[in-house]
Amino acid sequence: MAELPGWEELRRAGEALKDRALLDLDTMLERLEAEVVRAGGTVHWARDAAEAAGVVALLAREAGRDEVVELPSPVTREIGLAASLAAAGIAVHEAAGSPRERLLAAGTVVSGARFLVAETGTVVALEPEEEGRMCLVLPETLITVAGIEQVVPRLRDLGVLLQLLPRSSGERMSPHAAMWTGTRPGDGPREFHLVLLDNGRTAVLKDETGRAALRCIGCSACLDVCPVYERVGDRPYGDLPGPVGAILTPQLRGIEPAYEASLPFASTLCGACADVCPVRIDIPGILVHLRARVVESRRRRPVPTPELALMRAAARAMGDRRRYERALRRLHRWSGLLSGGRGVRGLPVLSGLAGRWTDARDLPVLPHRTFREWWRSRR
Amino acid sequence: MRVALFVSCVNDALYPRTGRAVVRLLERLGHEVVFEPGQTCCGQTHWTTGYHREAEALAARFAGLFGRYETVVTPSASCAATVRTVHPRLTGGAPPPVHELTEFLVDVLGVTDVGAYFPHRVAYHPTCHSLRACGLGDRPLRLLRAVRGLELADLPRAEECCGFGGAFALKNADTSVAMAADKVRHVRGTGADVLCAVDDSCLAHVGGMLSRLRSGVRAVHLAQILAATGSGDEER
Repeated sequence: MAELPGWEELRRAGEALKDRALLDLDTMLERLEAEVVRAGGTVHWARDAAEAAGVVALLAREAGRDEVVELPSPVTREIGLAASLAAAGIAVHEAAGSPRERLLAAGTVVSGARFLVAETGTVVALEPEEEGRMCLVLPETLITVAGIEQVVPRLRDLGVLLQLLPRSSGERMSPHAAMWTGTRPGDGPREFHLVLLDNGRTAVLKDETGRAALRCIGCSACLDVCPVYERVGDRPYGDLPGPVGAILTPQLRGIEPAYEASLPFASTLCGACADVCPVRIDIPGILVHLRARVVESRRRRPVPTPELALMRAAARAMGDRRRYERALRRLHRWSGLLSGGRGVRGLPVLSGLAGRWTDARDLPVLPHRTFREWWRSRR
Repeated sequence: MRVALFVSCVNDALYPRTGRAVVRLLERLGHEVVFEPGQTCCGQTHWTTGYHREAEALAARFAGLFGRYETVVTPSASCAATVRTVHPRLTGGAPPPVHELTEFLVDVLGVTDVGAYFPHRVAYHPTCHSLRACGLGDRPLRLLRAVRGLELADLPRAEECCGFGGAFALKNADTSVAMAADKVRHVRGTGADVLCAVDDSCLAHVGGMLSRLRSGVRAVHLAQILAATGSGDEER
């Protein structure tokens, strides 16, 4: 990044163009559809994962096939394409690792995309492997599944985005960028279908703070710097791992279920991700915002959660000097009695919440006097 | 100069030595310290944990208490960041003029040599809030370099989070501890006998593990080092 002059300007440009696309998403998508159709392609709209997978299955059948080659991408994973097609009796072969003969013979290929250009109807994919590019030009039918947030206004915006994308993970440029626009007689696939997936994205757009998460261009820079992701890896997250997954997954799927509700809390809010995000998503800010949405949804429960009761009690004590000082005195009296003034080593085995701290960390030895007691004593 | 001290609830209850060090230091530099007795908490934990209604009340209370002071100093970078970046969103008004201690010393008073003597090998951990939310830059290091007798150790991966993260330390204790373990490993590798930072909550976490391991490295707030003079040890 240091070798690129104007990195900050580039980030701001990326942020601005993604925001423009998201705020005018309806017109952007209509333009995109018109241009794809003009270029000989077909556009399908899918409300959710099942609809998207259904469209792909139908198209594969119409093409007279019972097998397709999949170029795995975050969106094909999101809609569970392989499992859905298998359930519909269509065999799915992943492009990576499949024998070359199979790829050469593939009649129908399903891909993801990185960007969709509204102005021209162009699809942009960054395929890391040669097989991937081969699959984009050889089949008779190419089906691309993409999220509606992947649309960008103009072709020239790629000049910004393709510079931002690899830099944040330390590369100068993506080695393979493939672009295609509709179909062309005698060259490439004869049929092109673009499946545009909502699957919760419109709901995310309604949240003025949370919707910035849809700016994500999938560069994975936030994963590279996240100290939590470094230690826990992909598994604890949903389809989309790391910091951006922690802000997108709960928004796409809803924040009330326990797993989704836990994701925004799986962060120290250290802010390393926000420092590197090429489209300036305030990931820690959105995490805190989603935490508040989780807490608000729980306030409606008839019986308060223990945490809510604790936080309310703490706020009540902090809200009044006398209550606060009484709480301080109690804290010191009880911990002094329990530990004999020797900190955690003098305490009996702790369990529950405190035990989660003391399992690997000593508690501080409580001072004989609070600060305010000392202050009063010196006057 | 007349300076109002916001000591923070964590320091008031658990680390009064940090507050005492700030008072000693500022008085030694010729300033008058006042302590607003109504002060409690800035609401940071409520904010970051998602209890924004409660945080709002605490932010309003904070503004009511400290709004009338010209200069407020706090030895907690995360509280300073909360007041500056979060309170305006909660109260809709300008926050009280809160300076984190090293900002106050370097920017307002224009001093880096505060006349301290601390003959120890010290590793400095720049906490995430001090680094990213407060933007302290190298102010703490400039102050430490001017301390007589102090040998500053170069801490590898210094800018990586220690794993505290407030409620994260309890909600995701295993990951929190794994991060502390790496921080501890790097600290011990420096040969330092003191680990220093500008947030006592992060120090409680890393220091708690250093203590559990009987590592011989103690966690000390930067204010304690800057306040130390004659004996060459911080007040404990």
